[in-house]
Amino acid sequence: MPELVILSTDALIFLLVILASGFTRYASKREHLRAPWREVARSKVGMGALLVLSCFVTIGLLDSIHYRPEANGNVKESAEVLSLFDKLVTPLRMYQEKTYSAPLAAYQYTKENTELADGTTRRDYPRLEYGGSHLQNVEQEWGSDIVSKSLLGMSKGLLFWLLITLLFLFWRSQRNSTTIGSVLNDIWTFQTEIPWRTLLFTASVICLLGFWAAELSTYYHLLGTDKVGEDVFYQALKSIRTGLLIGTLTTLVMLPAAILLGIMAGYFRGWVDDLIQYAYTTLNSIPGVLLIAAAILMMQIYMSNHEEQFASLTQRADLRLLFLCMILGVTSWTGLCRMLRGETFKMREMEYVQAAQAFGVGNFTIIGRHILPNVLHIVLITLVLDFSGLVLAEAVLSYVNIGVDPTMNSWGNMINSARLEMAREPIVWWSLAAALIFMFTLVLSANLFSDVVRDAFDPRLRSSR
Amino acid sequence: MMAYIIRRIFYAIPILIGVNIITFMLFFVVNSPEDMARMNLGMKRITPEAIQQWKEERGYDKPTLYNETKEGIERVTDTIFFQKSLKLFQFDFGSSDSGRDIGYDISQRMWPSLAIALPVLIVGLALNITFALLIAFFRATYIDFWGVVTCVIMMSISSLFYIIGGQYLVGKLLHLVPISGYDTGLASLKFLILPVIIGIIGGIGAGTRWYRTLFLEEINRDYVRTARAKGLSEQWVLFGHVFKNALIPILTGVVAVLPLLFMGSLITESFFGIPGLGSYTIDAISNQDFAIVRSMVFLGSVLYIIGLIMTDISYTIVDPRVRLQ
Repeated sequence: MPELVILSTDALIFLLVILASGFTRYASKREHLRAPWREVARSKVGMGALLVLSCFVTIGLLDSIHYRPEANGNVKESAEVLSLFDKLVTPLRMYQEKTYSAPLAAYQYTKENTELADGTTRRDYPRLEYGGSHLQNVEQEWGSDIVSKSLLGMSKGLLFWLLITLLFLFWRSQRNSTTIGSVLNDIWTFQTEIPWRTLLFTASVICLLGFWAAELSTYYHLLGTDKVGEDVFYQALKSIRTGLLIGTLTTLVMLPAAILLGIMAGYFRGWVDDLIQYAYTTLNSIPGVLLIAAAILMMQIYMSNHEEQFASLTQRADLRLLFLCMILGVTSWTGLCRMLRGETFKMREMEYVQAAQAFGVGNFTIIGRHILPNVLHIVLITLVLDFSGLVLAEAVLSYVNIGVDPTMNSWGNMINSARLEMAREPIVWWSLAAALIFMFTLVLSANLFSDVVRDAFDPRLRSSR
Repeated sequence: MMAYIIRRIFYAIPILIGVNIITFMLFFVVNSPEDMARMNLGMKRITPEAIQQWKEERGYDKPTLYNETKEGIERVTDTIFFQKSLKLFQFDFGSSDSGRDIGYDISQRMWPSLAIALPVLIVGLALNITFALLIAFFRATYIDFWGVVTCVIMMSISSLFYIIGGQYLVGKLLHLVPISGYDTGLASLKFLILPVIIGIIGGIGAGTRWYRTLFLEEINRDYVRTARAKGLSEQWVLFGHVFKNALIPILTGVVAVLPLLFMGSLITESFFGIPGLGSYTIDAISNQDFAIVRSMVFLGSVLYIIGLIMTDISYTIVDPRVRLQ
């Protein structure tokens, strides 16, 4: 039996999932909380972006279930920790070449001395061990093979999409007891509450691309290989988890402090307010990057002087990631704290709060029952709005070597290593391109989604649209 | 007015003390100088003598807070806290771990940083405001929609891409300007132009969108309705009234970042090999030079607080509604 391993970030990410589903249950029972979400659900851009985001989240969650595989019949033997996602894409992980190879190539990118049958050596581009190894005659078959594999993959994707679409249409026609034709008509003319046409269109693009990539990457290295021959596509996919963790855990880690202090400052005023304001002005006045740099430097010293405390490299990298999230949280909680303070300030004067005070309800009961539920939407908007900035920040920090552990897969580390590759002649561009494209897709969809969420929750901006 | 400014400056003092204590704790309490020495000398098998010597050379061999071996006032002054942390208030940064005078380095390196950051700020501001005004003028049309979409797309691209892409396109493919380096005087122009342009392009997305929001917020105000009711043309309303009033938050926002321009940009400077304070910090981080990082943290905080004070003052100048209490 493989042994389940729960890293600290895994635990937190699943805590976040539980919190999110709890909030969904809570919000779905209250009309005033449901209304803005209905607005989000009506938005075409928002729902399209949400679908793309949920694909990323699925990969990230699959990548967060870790286990220790059996090696030689003994679990304790293997130091390697794998995730469920690794298991799913085993070929990508295992097919390792010697060094660089271009996307979809069958030959290595650099020349190498090979010994021929008659004993002489020849300097040439050797064939790859796995990429395109099924081809007999590369020069003649390569182009047509790529095209046929692409077509095959895409038609599989199309079939899959048609299947789910048909199932969906059938389910909808059953529920509304109408014909499939009229359901289709409603969807096509946007007469449904949720813009299903946009969703189905986005799904078709995702299906086509996903199946195409899956089909090709079983025979080739879709995005090439890096210096040590690892598949770049695999690295980019693994980096999704890092990006998501940085984007969400940072906010999650800082939430308790920001909520508690922000509400307390606004509610109690007086010296409590002064003290809390002083605390966040001081922290805020240290430039974020420098504070992060200083903290990470100090942590590196601690880790290198206390190596015995970390069981494995994975665990060490994981703790460093968590620490990075925390220190990023320290630099970013002040904004939310200030906003909550201002909002509580206003809410304190509301009649229902004053009524509760007049009845002699305790301060913390008032905060918990009357103030906290009414500022939750601010917390939520912050969580969504901060996300994309944090994903981008991770890349920059890793580039300066104060980001995640160098052994961890992250887009920042990919870009960092690409710095030397860009200077090569001819240049190795695919690592950089892969990281940038994946990051762009995630950040763009997060930006679009957060725009929609903010518009739905902030009525002041809604009127000016 | 003068009394207000002085009071604001006095408010800054406890914050600076707080910053000082935080940096002190971070650098000397979390890890002892011993750990730093071990890190800097390279881990394995170092003699205690070597550590002691490293500490002595850099003045880390003193007690942290209270020196019992000394007499009188020296009991407090001959400590790490006094020598390394409190002296920062005099802008006496001491020498770096590699033995260079930090104060001199900073005074030399802030000008290249400024030479990049100032043009980026000014030209970027002009461009962003122009685009935002255009988008606001054509609001609720296709120009508005696609303008905002372009902004969001530009925002979603990592700043690293702009730098790497720009360097590759302009420097390596077109050979228009050198990829990196720096020179003194006017000769530095050809090194500066690419980082400046890239800095501006990288900021257009977020900037334009932010200013558009500011303009749209103003457009919904009552005075705008009054102006329209008077029969003013839309151009006059936008450029004469809305623009003027939206300038208040824009200007005060700019004033806040002015002092921080000296700090330069970490990424841009290290990519282009500009000897500014940004690359200085990066080098210090990768060489694990704690004295420099500590000084930069303190300097950055001072500049930030100066920015805060300047913002408050500029508010009172630009907007007479703000009271001086």
